[in-house]
Amino acid sequence: MQFEYSVEGGDFTHAGYASSQVKKVLKQLNVDPKLIKRVVVCLYEAEVNVVAHAYSGKIFTDISTDRIYMKLEDKGPGIPDIQQAMQMGYSTASPEVREMGFGAGMGLPNIQNNADEFNISSVVNEGTVVEIVVYLNQLKN
Amino acid sequence: MESKFFHHALKILRDVCIGCSHCMRVCPTEALRVRNGKAELYDNRCIDCGECFKVCPVNAIIIEQDDFSKIFGYKRRVALVPAVLLGQFPDEVSPNDVYNTLLELGFTDVFEVENSVDILKESINEYVQNKEIPKPVISSFCPAVVRLIQVKFPALVDNIMLLKPPLDLSAIFYKLLLIDQGVAERDIGIFYITPCAAKIAAVKSPVGEEYSEVDGVINMDVIYNKVLRTIKQKNSDDPKPTNTSTINPKNILWSLTNGEANEVNGRCLAIDSLHNVIDFLEKLENEEITDVDFLEIRACDEGCAGGVLNSGNRFLTVERLKNRSESLSVDRMDMPTSYEHSIEKYKPQLDERKAANPVKPRSMMKLDEDMGRAMKKMERVQRIMCFLPDIDCGSCGAPSCQALAEDIVKGKAAISHCIFLQKMMEQTRKLHPDHSFRIMESIWGKDRFKKDCSKGFGRKKDL
Repeated sequence: MQFEYSVEGGDFTHAGYASSQVKKVLKQLNVDPKLIKRVVVCLYEAEVNVVAHAYSGKIFTDISTDRIYMKLEDKGPGIPDIQQAMQMGYSTASPEVREMGFGAGMGLPNIQNNADEFNISSVVNEGTVVEIVVYLNQLKN
Repeated sequence: MESKFFHHALKILRDVCIGCSHCMRVCPTEALRVRNGKAELYDNRCIDCGECFKVCPVNAIIIEQDDFSKIFGYKRRVALVPAVLLGQFPDEVSPNDVYNTLLELGFTDVFEVENSVDILKESINEYVQNKEIPKPVISSFCPAVVRLIQVKFPALVDNIMLLKPPLDLSAIFYKLLLIDQGVAERDIGIFYITPCAAKIAAVKSPVGEEYSEVDGVINMDVIYNKVLRTIKQKNSDDPKPTNTSTINPKNILWSLTNGEANEVNGRCLAIDSLHNVIDFLEKLENEEITDVDFLEIRACDEGCAGGVLNSGNRFLTVERLKNRSESLSVDRMDMPTSYEHSIEKYKPQLDERKAANPVKPRSMMKLDEDMGRAMKKMERVQRIMCFLPDIDCGSCGAPSCQALAEDIVKGKAAISHCIFLQKMMEQTRKLHPDHSFRIMESIWGKDRFKKDCSKGFGRKKDL
């Protein structure tokens, strides 16, 4: 089952819409609450990243009985050094963004911790693509 | 005739119900439908919040309680009274008037629920400080919130505080106290005067516990009427009773908004009113809200002062409780407190029994137990949604188009229940107007659309 959502850069007010929708779907599919939580944390963090850094983005989700695949594609400045961005606590967020409680530099590592598969690629001045997979038929730890 | 649609404290009187769908529209868990002209409940979805009870224009929804005469089956008849009861009455009726009237009505003992807060407060703070416990800790105080989390936010059940609420602790304490005074346990009847339906459900079918210490529940509106009538009929020259309450003045505010949150160390928030609660839990579940230690969450606006069985205005109730708390703080200095009868003496025994059993999720959202089948059903829901108007008019007897679509895939409704699709089908001659009329009658009741002047101001309220 596939769903698509669009994300507006800078619109923190509506950040979290896609993750809320996906959460509703997974609850209806009787997915274990602990797995739902992991999916939602991944997607929410990734969604907020698009809102905080990119101009606009698209979220694509594909749910099957064994896994959920999520792809976030954005148009934006891109990430020059992905390894650095993946470090805990590293952030390029502006003071305004930090003031809103975002931009603590935990986003990408947090996604990686909660995802079963995680893939990130980026082209500077074009945009970033994040792919996340969470398996739905097995419990991690 | 009463029909038990509700497995809960809330019950629909089928003969009184006029199938107006007001209840269906306000239910926060979409647990109500209209069929055959009457409201029907999916009881696995109901959380006993009482929103339906509040809006019913004909009092067809009642809150099932114990008969008052049940108290006389016991030699010691204890009224467990929440502080909000004392805030219901007009200013000239003092808390002591209420206490004494309760004794006149037949109770042998009156005990304020919030007395056990002194002990609970310490336990909560220890609990919240425990680093191994998932944060934020969600208070177990409001049974409607506990049930809401079970059915709608199953990922949060482990956050519910596993400590008994003041009601249970006070019941345990008072029973111990009387047993120590030589009263046989079977002679003790503990009766809770409840401000809401959820507390009744919590007593009659406790979430984690096997049984409740409370022997019966009486609705607050009944007690309010009985007490006020007795007081009004009394001679005002009768001697005024003296102050006998030894409650810690701070505890009086416990059931109000911020009553708990103000007493817990760390970062605490108080959330009240169901729609706020749902919004907040949604964000909490997404981990949009982090670093909070303790959440006081109440289904009613202004906490228990907004309970559905309260007779007084919630804002006046809050004001009265605050005034009482302040005046007691002044009086209390010269009150004799006897350790013999104090709850402090029983702290070790209460500590032993304060833990509550874990709360299990019982998600109502799933379309099927099996994920593969659930996915097929969801795809069908999506396809049905392509045809439904997304107007949520409720004419099909379901609260929203989405709810109708889900009912259809569960085999509980048909797509022809939608009044807009009926119009379309009539236009393409797939449905005869007589047939669509019969469908509407099957939802809203036979002869429902005939002229009837007992609506609006003509409505007779059956009390």
